[in-house]
Amino acid sequence: MDRTNKPKLDQRRAPIYEALENFRQMRVVPFDVPGHKRGRGNPELTAFLGEQCVSVDVNSMKPLDNLSHPISVIREAEMLAADAFGASYAFLMVGGTTSAVQSMLLSSCKRGDEIILPRNVHRSVINALVLCGAVPVYVDPDVDRRLGISLGMCRRDVARAIREHPNAVAVLVNNPTYYGICSDLRAIVRMAHEAGMLCLVDEAHGTHFYFGDDMPVSAMAAGADMSAVSMHKSGGSLTQSSLLLIGPQMSVGYVRQIINLTQTTSASYLLMSSLDISRRNLALRGRTVFARVGEMAEYAREEINEIGGYYAFGKELVNGDSVFAFDTTKLSVHTRDIGLAGIEVYDILRDEYDIQIEFGEIGNILAYLSMGDRPQELERLVSALADIRRRYQRSSIGLLSQEYIDPEVVMSPQDAFYAPKRSVPLEKSVGEVCSEFVMCYPPGIPILAPGERITSQILDYIEYARSKGCSLTGPEDLAIENINIVIGGKK
Amino acid sequence: MDLWFSEFHTPDVKHSIRVTRHLYSGRSDYQQIDVFDTPEFGRVLTLDGSVMLTERDEFIYDEMITHVPMAVHPNIRDVLVIGAGDGGVVKELTRYSQIRRIDLIEMDPQVIEVCRTYLPENASRLDDERVHIRFENALRSIRRSNGNYDLIIVDSTDPFGPGEGLFTREFYGNCFSALRPDGIMVNQQGSPFYRQDAEAMQRSHKRIYTTFPISRIYQAHIPTYAAGYWLFGFASKRYHPVDDLNAEKWSSLGLETRYYTPLLHVGSFYLPAFLENMLREVEQDNSQTVL
Repeated sequence: MDRTNKPKLDQRRAPIYEALENFRQMRVVPFDVPGHKRGRGNPELTAFLGEQCVSVDVNSMKPLDNLSHPISVIREAEMLAADAFGASYAFLMVGGTTSAVQSMLLSSCKRGDEIILPRNVHRSVINALVLCGAVPVYVDPDVDRRLGISLGMCRRDVARAIREHPNAVAVLVNNPTYYGICSDLRAIVRMAHEAGMLCLVDEAHGTHFYFGDDMPVSAMAAGADMSAVSMHKSGGSLTQSSLLLIGPQMSVGYVRQIINLTQTTSASYLLMSSLDISRRNLALRGRTVFARVGEMAEYAREEINEIGGYYAFGKELVNGDSVFAFDTTKLSVHTRDIGLAGIEVYDILRDEYDIQIEFGEIGNILAYLSMGDRPQELERLVSALADIRRRYQRSSIGLLSQEYIDPEVVMSPQDAFYAPKRSVPLEKSVGEVCSEFVMCYPPGIPILAPGERITSQILDYIEYARSKGCSLTGPEDLAIENINIVIGGKK
Repeated sequence: MDLWFSEFHTPDVKHSIRVTRHLYSGRSDYQQIDVFDTPEFGRVLTLDGSVMLTERDEFIYDEMITHVPMAVHPNIRDVLVIGAGDGGVVKELTRYSQIRRIDLIEMDPQVIEVCRTYLPENASRLDDERVHIRFENALRSIRRSNGNYDLIIVDSTDPFGPGEGLFTREFYGNCFSALRPDGIMVNQQGSPFYRQDAEAMQRSHKRIYTTFPISRIYQAHIPTYAAGYWLFGFASKRYHPVDDLNAEKWSSLGLETRYYTPLLHVGSFYLPAFLENMLREVEQDNSQTVL
């Protein structure tokens, strides 16, 4: 397997963690920020988070390096991460994978450039387009009509987009999707490179691809140019920590400059050390850990499918193209056949069974399994689903299936976002051009993005999602009764 | 030598028993298991440092969790016992000739091994031919049984350890499905006295109350459990624990008991005012997901 990356550096090292441990021993007197001074100045916070934790909440300094310009321990940690992930270089990110995605896009496109991408991307991707002014060329993702979920991009659709937009600068792939669905990444990388375009990968849900056997190919192994990896999802690091990986074609210095445009100059050592320690754990034990997660997910799938009514889908979706591979560590369940929307099952699980899952949408729920799970909790989840079916099963007539709505892009997200605009009641917005986002969160995939035409089909979908209890976010009006539209955009 | 076993009943309350010998100490896949000899309570089994049973007072627990449902339901034939690896509950059940099958589900085989070795009196009836022991996760096995039982006895550890899954709504719901249309579920409901215990008791009572048409609490005095004051839950699809008590029939069986009597049966359902209030609080809270 060519993608099995063999690290060359000593992955038992964790330079940032080691430097912090040394630093603690030195008992340096702090006359620098942060002002809580190892927690002494904020006893309530120290009591809550623990002395150990606040004592390493420190500032950049010579022995601890500086994330904006790393030359010692942070640089070593980044090189170790690159080695572990098989990348040319890896940047530690402290602004979430959102910042990794944005840096990836800002590094590869400028105002007016075209970028090819599927519409079911995370909001952070389209946010980046608002920032840089690039113009999206959407490839319709394939759709599974039974499940009502977007799949990956078909090869011929990517090829057509490249042919029709030869000047586009990059192709962005969502790999895997939230549901664990992968496109044919190697083929897409090849097509992009042949056309002189970069291939960028939003790999937020694929950290474990770098550390597992029988897993879908990772972005770096497939030859992609950049990838945003959510270490805090399957990688086990602290929330908000992330990695940006790059291939040999990219300039380390230029990407660093781009990152520094928006990244904090007071990067948290809690986040950075969590990346360092988690990378070490993944490199040393990742294969065993993720094999176990995969087994647990397979077990849960079998048990859930045995309940009846539910469909916990898996590898059988693989079709050689738009579902080129399936990430079996993901546990998604189609709920519509028991007469409940996914969001309803999500709410019942939390309200009545004290079980919090990742998200529920129109037809499906997703339970996030990871290295921290144990069989006994999995039994609770399966049993709760069995009990929900016993108590609530009803006819599924009247339940919508989620449809992929092919958007009409009227102007670039940046032009629409900054255009003269006004607020109108949602129901009076049909035909207008939207100047902001509307999405259910999670999963955070926009229903409407800036620059897209508002249709009655989209409004119906928003209304339905709202009535089922989806949490809608995005618009300036938090109540989501009004929406900002571009003045003069109406057809 | 001054050797004591201590258990924290709250962070600020400690219950100690003088120990003459520490007979066994071992760690299973699930928990820490210890056996002591003590002058006051005889042999003592602890799991994760909590007293599970003592030779001196186990009869109270085992009798109250067994005879109360047996004296109510007119014809219990198939019984499921969850937890109870020490064999005490099974020992009481096997005294009834009407019972034809007892399934015992215990997740931890090591508990049964230890009890067979160190508490042979209790564990002796585990070899009764009606008893079928399965070592597995109770949530999993109960999901798979549909309407096969007349009685389910949940003899769990406390809700803050490996037994947590046995205090959940999903577990009670699947118990409901596993019972015949006139079935009964009895469980140990913890203690209402100390705050943390009381809150756990309220949570699980609410879950049972919203799952079964009849759900009542009864009490007993058990010296080695927290506050010496213990509760049981009686949940049932048809029979009322007091109205449907058939004292004459039970008495005619001639079973000798040391704690349970049909008169105490009725009395154990009369609860102190503070506990009635606690139960009312959760019984009247009808916050369910509205679909």
